Amino acid sequence: MQASQVRVLHVNGTQNIRDMITERLAINTDVARKMLTGFIRDEVEKAGMKRAVIGLSGGIDSALSAYLSAEVLGAENVLAVRMPYKTSSADSLSDAEAVIEKLGLQNMTVPITEMADALINQFPDMSNLRKGNIMARLRMIVLYDQSAAFGGLVMGTSNKTELLLGYSTIYGDSGVALQPIGDLYKTQVRELAAALGIPASIQQKPPSADLWAGQTDEGELGFTYADVDQVLYLLVDERYTTEEVIAEGFNRAFVESVWRRVKINHFKRTMPNIAKVSRRTIGHDWLYLRNYTGR
Amino acid sequence: MRLNIGLAQIYPKIGGVQANLEKHLAFIERAASEGVDLIIFPELSLTGYQVMDLVPEVAIEARADDPIYRQLLDASKQFNMDIDFGFVQRDMRQRYFVSQAYLSGGETLHVHRKVYMPTYGMFDESRYFDWGEHVRAFDTRFGRVGMLICEDFWHVSPPYMLWLDGADILIFSSSSPGRGLDGGERLGDSRWVEQVNQAYGGLFTSYVIHCNRVGYEDGKAFWGGSSIVDPNGNFLVRGVYFDEVLLTHTVDLNQVRRTRARLPLLRDERPGLMVRELARIRSKDNVEPT
Repeated sequence: MQASQVRVLHVNGTQNIRDMITERLAINTDVARKMLTGFIRDEVEKAGMKRAVIGLSGGIDSALSAYLSAEVLGAENVLAVRMPYKTSSADSLSDAEAVIEKLGLQNMTVPITEMADALINQFPDMSNLRKGNIMARLRMIVLYDQSAAFGGLVMGTSNKTELLLGYSTIYGDSGVALQPIGDLYKTQVRELAAALGIPASIQQKPPSADLWAGQTDEGELGFTYADVDQVLYLLVDERYTTEEVIAEGFNRAFVESVWRRVKINHFKRTMPNIAKVSRRTIGHDWLYLRNYTGR
Repeated sequence: MRLNIGLAQIYPKIGGVQANLEKHLAFIERAASEGVDLIIFPELSLTGYQVMDLVPEVAIEARADDPIYRQLLDASKQFNMDIDFGFVQRDMRQRYFVSQAYLSGGETLHVHRKVYMPTYGMFDESRYFDWGEHVRAFDTRFGRVGMLICEDFWHVSPPYMLWLDGADILIFSSSSPGRGLDGGERLGDSRWVEQVNQAYGGLFTSYVIHCNRVGYEDGKAFWGGSSIVDPNGNFLVRGVYFDEVLLTHTVDLNQVRRTRARLPLLRDERPGLMVRELARIRSKDNVEPT
């Protein structure tokens, strides 16, 4: 036999990286639903409660969290609170209304304009960033007040993408009791939202913190969730280095800026440090699960 | 011989030893009414998994005069049911182990101390626990059995040693947190564990019984999926994920003989060859980095 007669098959193992990531980011929505609804029930029961309070913005994250909460706690045990500021878009209110009606949630509207402006008006040159943070923190105050009045846990609505990017207000939207969708990238939130039948207008509109007119997340961040989820997936879930991600064909400046952003906002994902002076210190060597209540 | 197995796929309460004991006794009583001969509870079924600084509070001694342990011994006699359960074991010198006890007729037949402590990623076991030093099979009224705990059977050597030590029934207990959500019908790590267990059943021509817990601890969802693999490597029981349940199934232990007649892997296994080669591999010249 001649070498030239040897039959060779090139088994092509190289798949387009973006297609590969898209495939791997796909989730089985039944499994996700089972895990997340179970988590919500578990956390609420361990807090000695039966109910939840959720700020409904009209966006996909809070809508999904409301759907999951209502499914497991019952709509009558979920209080949806709408908290518009004067610049909030009309769509936000009507999209939130669609969720409330479809699920039959308990609901109320608490405008935050007056309380926010009481502070904002004292600083005439206040930036949009500061105003947005004030709004987010006032919403937290309203939700925790309703938590006491309604007897429900304050439901978090943050997804993995925004938690990693730090695209949130510390003690604002991050001030919650539990985070059911905090390990789902925005791309995966969309997939689960579609499977649960969340209103199409919510699924389709551009994500926005709605802190000022015309604001969109992707406009403010400077990239799309679809793109950043791919990079974050490689860096976080698959443990690629930034150089390895760049070698796969992603833009260097983009990858580096995303990773820088993840790192500088790490403080938003952790508890404040306690200065250790004794031999046993909370968080350092006094270690118990949050779920351990001793009850 | 037939053996009616009960897999107590429970949700233990973190740090709630008394409440967990009551749950064990309720599952045992229910299993008795189902004619179960051997009931298996998950890893750390008496204490919950991430006990952390609770370790000294929840630890018990594996002795008949321990008030908790005593009740499980009594139950094994009262219901004529062998009981395999998980607990934090305290020894006389303030060391703590992740242990699994096998009780029968009011006696302790064996206690296995976990030999592999996962301390990576989300796991932190060797911070709190000491390492077990033994992998031993033991005789029961249903034949020779070997017990392993979670990470123990992610390493290939402990099941292999139990096989050579005469175990025809491998009992695996775990507290495995669910992870690896992807497009599949089961979590990535559920698929992985099931592949491993199926391989052991086939490679060791033995029964492989796995009991994994359910429930939540600080956001981790334990996936359950308790299973029985037969000596041909086929699943007899599998597929109940995340829910607390008592699964029962009767196996025919004579299948071990029939399978090994067809496939004499145990007869032809050469432990002497392995020991010789391992000794060479472990010798100084071969373990030092070159």
